[in-house]
Amino acid sequence: MALLSVTDLSVSIGRLKPLDGISFDIGKGEIVGMVGESGSGKSLTAMSVMGLLPLIGGKMTSGSIRFDGIDLATLPEPRYRALRGRRIALISQNPMTSLDPIIRIGAQIDQVGILHLGLSDAAAKARSIDIMRQLRIPEAATVHGNYPHQLSGGMKQRVVIAMALAADPELMIADEPTTALDVTIQAQIIQIVVDLVRERGLSLMLITHDMGVVAQACDKVVVLYAGRVAERNGIDAIFGEPQHPYTRELIRCIPRHDQLRGSLTGIPGAVPSVMDYPSGCRFHPRCADALDICAGAIPALEQKAAGFAACHAAINAAGKVSAHG
Amino acid sequence: MANFLIKRLVLLIPVFLVVSVIIFMIIHLVPGDPIDNIVQIGSTPQQKAALTAKYGLDKPLIVQYAIWFGKLMTGDLGEAIILRQPVSSLIAQNLPHSLILGSLALAFSTVVGIATGALAAIRRDSWVDRTVMAVILLGSTVPSFWLGLLMILVFAVHLGWFPVSGARSWSALVLPVLTIGLGGVALVARVTRVAMMDISRRDFVMMLHAKGVPPWRINLQHILRHALLPVVTILSLRIGWILGGAVTIEYVFARPGLGSLLITSLNQRDYPVVQGCLLMLAIAVMLGTLLGDVVQALIDPRVRERTG
Repeated sequence: MALLSVTDLSVSIGRLKPLDGISFDIGKGEIVGMVGESGSGKSLTAMSVMGLLPLIGGKMTSGSIRFDGIDLATLPEPRYRALRGRRIALISQNPMTSLDPIIRIGAQIDQVGILHLGLSDAAAKARSIDIMRQLRIPEAATVHGNYPHQLSGGMKQRVVIAMALAADPELMIADEPTTALDVTIQAQIIQIVVDLVRERGLSLMLITHDMGVVAQACDKVVVLYAGRVAERNGIDAIFGEPQHPYTRELIRCIPRHDQLRGSLTGIPGAVPSVMDYPSGCRFHPRCADALDICAGAIPALEQKAAGFAACHAAINAAGKVSAHG
Repeated sequence: MANFLIKRLVLLIPVFLVVSVIIFMIIHLVPGDPIDNIVQIGSTPQQKAALTAKYGLDKPLIVQYAIWFGKLMTGDLGEAIILRQPVSSLIAQNLPHSLILGSLALAFSTVVGIATGALAAIRRDSWVDRTVMAVILLGSTVPSFWLGLLMILVFAVHLGWFPVSGARSWSALVLPVLTIGLGGVALVARVTRVAMMDISRRDFVMMLHAKGVPPWRINLQHILRHALLPVVTILSLRIGWILGGAVTIEYVFARPGLGSLLITSLNQRDYPVVQGCLLMLAIAVMLGTLLGDVVQALIDPRVRERTG
C-alpha cells in the first residue's frame, strides 16, 4: 500500500483554482519527482500534503490525501500538528530565509526533538549534533551554537535537512531544495538527501524543475502542468518513452548546464497564468502535436502504453490515438 | 557585546558636543533676554548694561559658550539668573518627578502596548483586533491634555478615586501616568501588531509550522521576539519625549517636573536653566537611544556583529 496517496486533489485560493484534480501515490521507500515549470502547482501540492494551505489562504475543495491510512483532509489540527515534523517533514526551497535569523542553529534543530520525541534539552542537542555529523557538517558542535547568518547557503540547507530528519520522519517533502544554492553545491545537496533517504528507507517527494536531478534520483515522476497532472510514470518510461508532449519538451531541455537554472527557454511560449488558463488541455497553445479536440476537451489522465498521461494525442494502451478512437 | 557598548558610547561624544552647541545657540537666538526680566522699571541704560555685564551676557556668544562649556565639564551648570539658585539644584528638585512619571508611563505603555498589539495580531480580523484598532485610533488622535482633563473630571471630580492634582502621594501619579501612557500604548500596540503580521508571513514562520511547532510558541517565542526590534526603536525615541514632552500633562495636573521648569524659564529667558534642562533632555534622548541599541543587540545577533 502506498504511504501517501493523493486522489483528485483540487485547491482554491480565493477565486483562483491553482490545483485541479491531482492524483499520485508515493510508496514506502520511493523517491517520486514532481516536475513542472514555476506555477505548475508543485509547491502547492507540497503545502496541501503538509496541511499548511490555510497559511496562504488556500483551501482543499475536493479530493483526498491519505497518509499511512490517515485521512489528512479531515484530520483535526492538533493531530495534524503532531504529524508535521514528526512523520512528514519539509525541506524548504530557500535555506536563506527558512531559519529564524535570531535563534541559534542548534536550538532550531533541537526544537524538533524536544517537541516530537519528548527529549531533554541535552539529549536533543546530542541528537542534533549527531544528525549534523551525518550530513557532513564540519565542526557540528560549533555550528550548533552559531547563528544562521554565520553559515554559507549550502550549510544552511544542511541545517534545514537536519531539522527535517530530527524526528525520524517517514515521508520527506523536498521543495526545490537546491534552487537557491550555487550550482556547485546543488548536486552535493541532492546527493546527501538521496543517500539519506535510501539508507533509512524513507519516502521522498522531490519537487524540482530540473529533469537532470530527476534522472539521477527518482523512481517515479509526476509531471505537473498548470495545476494538472500531465503525465505520471516510472523513471525509465519517462525518459524512454515519454507520452505527453510536455514531458518530451522537458526532457529536451536536460543537458543544458550552460543555461540559467530554472529558465526553460527550450519550450516555446509561456506558462499560462492561473488567472487565465486555456480551455481544454492547458498545454495546447504551446503544443506541437495539438489536435483540434485539444482546445475543447479536457484530456483525462489515462493509462497509456506505459504509465498515465493526460493527452488526446498520446498513443493509448490499445495503440490508437485516443482522439480518433 | 562589551566591544559594541564601548563603540556606541564613544560615538555619543561628538553627538554631545554638537548638541551642546545647538542648545546654547538656539536659546540665544530667541529675541529678548533675562535682563529685561530682572531690571527694575526706570533703570538707566547704564544700570542695565552693568547687569548684562554681571552675568557675562555682554561677551561675544562664542566666548559665552566657551565659559559655559568649560564650567559644564567640571559639572557646574551655572546659576539661574531669575530664580537665583544653582541650576543643578533646580534640576535636582524637578527631575525626580519627571523620572518617576516618565518611567511609569513608559513601563505602562510598553507592557500594555505589546500585550494588546500581540493579541490583535494573533487574533487578526476578529472582534479583539477590531476593538484594539479602534482604541489605538482613539489613543493616537485624542490630544493628551484633553484626555487628562477628562480623566480629572471623571475619576477625580466625580468618582473621587484619585487626587485632582499635585505630586504629594502615589495615587496622584495614577491619572498622569494613564494619560501619558495611553498615547504610548496606542503607538506601541500599533507597531507591535504591524510588525507581527509582517513577520508572520516570512518563510521561517512557514517552516516552524511545517516543523509542527504549536502556534502559541511560534507567536510568542519567534514572531514576537522579532517584532520587539521596531518596538524597542520607538520606545527608545519616546524616552526623551516623555521626560520633556510631558509638560502639558504636568500643567494639567499641576505637577512639578523638568517640562514645567523648562517652560517657565524659557518664558523668562533664564538662559542657564533652559540650557541645563535641554541638556538633561538631550542626555535622556541619547541614553534612550543607547539603551534601545543595546536591547536590539541583545535580541538580534546580526546587530551585535554589524557594529561590534
